[in-house]
Amino acid sequence: MSTTATLGTTVDEGAEIGAIATVRRGIQVSPELKDGLGRTLVLAVIASAGQVVVPIAMQQTLDRGINGSGGPDVSFVVLMGVVSALAIGLTSLASYLMTARLFTSSERGLATLRVKAFRHVHDLPLLTQNTERRGALVSRVTSDVDQVSQFLVFGGLLLVVSVGQVLVATVVMAVYSWQLTLVVWVCFAPLFLSIRYFQRKLSAAYGVVRRQVAVMLSAISEPVVGAAVVKSYAIEQRTQERIDTAIDEYKSASTQAQKFTVVSFSLGGISAGLANAGVLLIGIWLGFAGEVTAGTVLAFAFLVTLFVGPVQMGTQILTDAQNALVSWRRVIGILDTPADLVDPGESGQELPDRAVDVRFDDVTFAYPGGPPVLRDVDLEIAAGTRLAVVGETGSGKSTIAKLLTRLMDPTSGAVLLDGIDLREVRQVSLRRSVVLVPQEGFLFDDTVAANVRYGRLDATAEQILTAADELGLGDWVAGLPAGIDTRVGQRGESLSAGERQLVALLRAQLADPDLLVLDEATSAVDPALEMRIGRALERLMTGRTSVTIAHRLSTAENADEVVVVDRGRIVQRGPHAVLVVQEGSVYAGLHASWVSQQGTIGR
Amino acid sequence: MSERLSRRGTTIDGFRVLGVAIRREPWIFTLSTIGSVLFGALTVADAWVLGWATDHVVLPAFDDGETRSGLVVAVLALFLGVALLRAVGIVARRLGAGIMQYRMQAHSRRAVTRQYLALPMSWHQRHPTGQLLSNANSDVEAAWGPIAPLPMAVGTIAMMVIAVAQMFLTDWVLALVGMLVFPAVVLANLAYQRLASPLMTKAQQLRAELSEVAHESFDGAMVVKTLGREREETDRFAAKAAELRDVNIRAGRIRAAFDPTLAALPNLGVLVVLAVGVERVLHGATDPGDVVTVAYLLTVVSFPIRSIGWLLGEFPRSVVGYQRVRSVLRARGEMPYGVERLVPGEGGARLRVEHLRFRHDPDQRLLDDVDFDVEPGRTVAVVGATASGKSTLTDLLTRLVDPEDGRVLLDGVDLRDLAHGELATAVALVPQTAFLFDDTVRGNVTLGADVSDDDVWAALRAAQADGFVAALSDGLDTRLGERGTSLSGGQRQRISLARALVRRPRLLILDDATSAVDPEVEARILEALRSGDRDTTLVVVAYRKATIGLADEVVHLDDGRVVDRGSHEALLARNPAYAELVNAYEQHDELVGEVSS
Repeated sequence: MSTTATLGTTVDEGAEIGAIATVRRGIQVSPELKDGLGRTLVLAVIASAGQVVVPIAMQQTLDRGINGSGGPDVSFVVLMGVVSALAIGLTSLASYLMTARLFTSSERGLATLRVKAFRHVHDLPLLTQNTERRGALVSRVTSDVDQVSQFLVFGGLLLVVSVGQVLVATVVMAVYSWQLTLVVWVCFAPLFLSIRYFQRKLSAAYGVVRRQVAVMLSAISEPVVGAAVVKSYAIEQRTQERIDTAIDEYKSASTQAQKFTVVSFSLGGISAGLANAGVLLIGIWLGFAGEVTAGTVLAFAFLVTLFVGPVQMGTQILTDAQNALVSWRRVIGILDTPADLVDPGESGQELPDRAVDVRFDDVTFAYPGGPPVLRDVDLEIAAGTRLAVVGETGSGKSTIAKLLTRLMDPTSGAVLLDGIDLREVRQVSLRRSVVLVPQEGFLFDDTVAANVRYGRLDATAEQILTAADELGLGDWVAGLPAGIDTRVGQRGESLSAGERQLVALLRAQLADPDLLVLDEATSAVDPALEMRIGRALERLMTGRTSVTIAHRLSTAENADEVVVVDRGRIVQRGPHAVLVVQEGSVYAGLHASWVSQQGTIGR
Repeated sequence: MSERLSRRGTTIDGFRVLGVAIRREPWIFTLSTIGSVLFGALTVADAWVLGWATDHVVLPAFDDGETRSGLVVAVLALFLGVALLRAVGIVARRLGAGIMQYRMQAHSRRAVTRQYLALPMSWHQRHPTGQLLSNANSDVEAAWGPIAPLPMAVGTIAMMVIAVAQMFLTDWVLALVGMLVFPAVVLANLAYQRLASPLMTKAQQLRAELSEVAHESFDGAMVVKTLGREREETDRFAAKAAELRDVNIRAGRIRAAFDPTLAALPNLGVLVVLAVGVERVLHGATDPGDVVTVAYLLTVVSFPIRSIGWLLGEFPRSVVGYQRVRSVLRARGEMPYGVERLVPGEGGARLRVEHLRFRHDPDQRLLDDVDFDVEPGRTVAVVGATASGKSTLTDLLTRLVDPEDGRVLLDGVDLRDLAHGELATAVALVPQTAFLFDDTVRGNVTLGADVSDDDVWAALRAAQADGFVAALSDGLDTRLGERGTSLSGGQRQRISLARALVRRPRLLILDDATSAVDPEVEARILEALRSGDRDTTLVVVAYRKATIGLADEVVHLDDGRVVDRGSHEALLARNPAYAELVNAYEQHDELVGEVSS
């Protein structure tokens, strides 16, 4: 496992779920798959019976009607012709209805599976989301589901029917001669016994294939997402080599899986040859003992083909199924990955609709397998306070923001809002009351207005413009090519980094939270604008609690209180004016460096 | 090509796509086809062996009550020999088809990703990530889908030809009647293609859109989470998933009708042959045995027809996938490279920016008449309000985009005249938003260049990244994960900076590259840049005075135009807008001071 595993958690591959369990769990997740299964099965029986009846009816017509001893029997031919035509019609109709039903229920079930898996990705811990490759997550809700679809429509039911046919053939054979039936089964025993072995091999091989798909997608996304870096460093060749390697590895993984498929499939043919020879030889031997007649042996030779057909069909479906099962497991694996931030839901508590007080109660936080980034933090923030959190990069101040907004839960201790442990607050209530503006506010490929509406779904254009004015961003909005209807491009890349932050701020402003957490939210904005926004935010903060993570101390200077974090601990707390004069303190040091940076050149 | 393709039928297009594959991989195709023919021939041989064994071993044995061991061995050998050879046929056919399919997928993916690397930024900005991933993945898969059933279909054609010839030799009238099955199959197929193709096109388009939604939504997971918008995002995804589901169901119904039709047609053909046959037998025109033979041969033909049907059934999706792949391959980028090379040198590069004019698209803001130059080894700060065009300018300086008008000259050479890769040897850009690769720290810094670890550490030290990198579990060998999401914004910026520094660029462009770094660390980075032993020419986009303080000259950009140039002090003195911009923090302090005093 790569070292990133120590910095995050990964999604369940579902590798240890067995085939039957996968199907059972799959059906549980997508109940639509069971819809009308009984009727579909009946149709399947009719369709597959028709596949036997039609050839027999035609055979009879030929043998008895035309090739009969007394010349063609016209009335018999007409009768059988009509019967055959009806059988063909019925078989086709049953087959059509069966496949159409299968398509309908499979696609419905899979759409449900897709949506559930998609939703669950959003419920996963932030850490897991960050650790997983995007391409891998995307492939689980797209191409993995498509793989399952093929199997459900063309494989699943046919497998059941094949097994049924094998059993029927066995019974018919046993009626003729139990000894020869035994011979046939003995000849096929190696195949049946090796099925499990091949399934395991195939399952592992297709597991590698699906993982390689994810690696390949990730590699392919590099020149797409990182186009600017690839181009400006002219590393096209290196990038292409990485992609080519991933493409080749996927190709060899697929070829490897195909080898197992082919070998297991060809075993069926060899077993059939063995069975034919065995039936004839043992049949002759049994004949000597007077156990069977020549007629039985010859009839048996034909019965064996009835047995071999479905066995081969079944083996083929089983091998093809492995690919689908691996994909199915991967999608189910997402659902089985715990969403460790459990939403108490209905039973959870609601936060009041007013400024809330915040309490960190002996909070320690460590990433899985890592050292603590926050240690024994006790902190009380009175309702309505504007608090600034400062500290060096890596001191743990962003962790405070993430704990406050319950993007992560503390390893020990508790974060309380209005006296309620965050873990007991309903997510709906929490997201309504608490809003985080992160440093890199992601934008969706839509208009400015649509992105702002992520903060409040029903915001009108006027409300958005008002909010912009309140934040002092009216000029900026007016200067956009199409105002708030300007499209922001993928990930907001048509806007500058500073502008993306402005949209994120507008979004938070409209969300109208009771606790606002700003994590370096204006770091890419020019100083004049940052100051303007800062002043606007101060006005808007009245009646709310705010926590601002900042490395520009201008923010701290103006907060009610400053908390200084150093190596995971709170080392200082108080108003700027008090802290700055504490000689030799961390804050005094930070401030000195800030001032010297501002004052490098005189005015 | 797409228009040309669509005017012909899907069937012809499908064969053309297959033709591409066969021309590309003729040997493996031949191998798998031989395997398929072998398989077909041995299926017939199987029946022959059974007949032979019945006549020469079984019946004599029962008649005489004894058998010769030589014959028994012969039967065993024949059955096993045929079975083994048939297994060889299967292996050759299926493995060959698989390998051919995977190779074609790999060829297409290589070609598509080469396009992604070759096409200019402007093209990338127009195409969503999810769609491009879909082009390289599911469209490629769809395009080469029919290769799997291809050898089987080709192999069985041989069987068909033999069967049809036999039919004609037996009774040509009945054979002609039986042959009616073929136009019927063609008609059924045409109807299927016509009905299914538009749906397949739509489904493939929806797959791409679904992938787009998922990709974007997972990318913005943090925003979705913090604003509690999971339900709305799920609704957005569910709407697309429902659309895809409905199209798939509609396409599935058509497929559900097509398969049994294909299975029924030969059987119906046999019935017609029987009807005509009875008539002919009654008139003494033919023997009953001949009717039976023709009818039997027709049923033999029915299986090949179905396997060809499976092949044709894959066509609509294949043609659509191929067209989507082709549209990427046909895209033409307008960023040709020249042949000029820069004179290699140790010192800084000379930069000349001449009357640049640019905008991304007609709705966008303009960069107009931007004109300045930077002498070797000098430092210029580009200062301007948010959205004044600074990042666009850095894109132009590193030729991520080409100007509409004007030009950028490096050591007197127009960037557009430089050979590919030449610019990168001299110029390094550190963008505002750092992009890291799913690679180790070392890989992210060197980007594959041959650089010693000492140099990597030196660059990390200058970027103030050595401390946290040393603390990572595997140091330089620590994998950073996709887009470096396991690091903080400031840490990513510093790795990105080290990436630029390790190349010892002659022109270094920093686009607000330390915005996520705290002041102390930033001060140390600036110190390292200032004390660097090389005379790198430096262009910095900056707001902070410490950074601006490095500059010999300031270019003040406002609304896409250079409004002022000169030393920081001069600009402060004569340019109130500039003073307000850079002194904002101090003015703020004064304000606070006034309020509190």
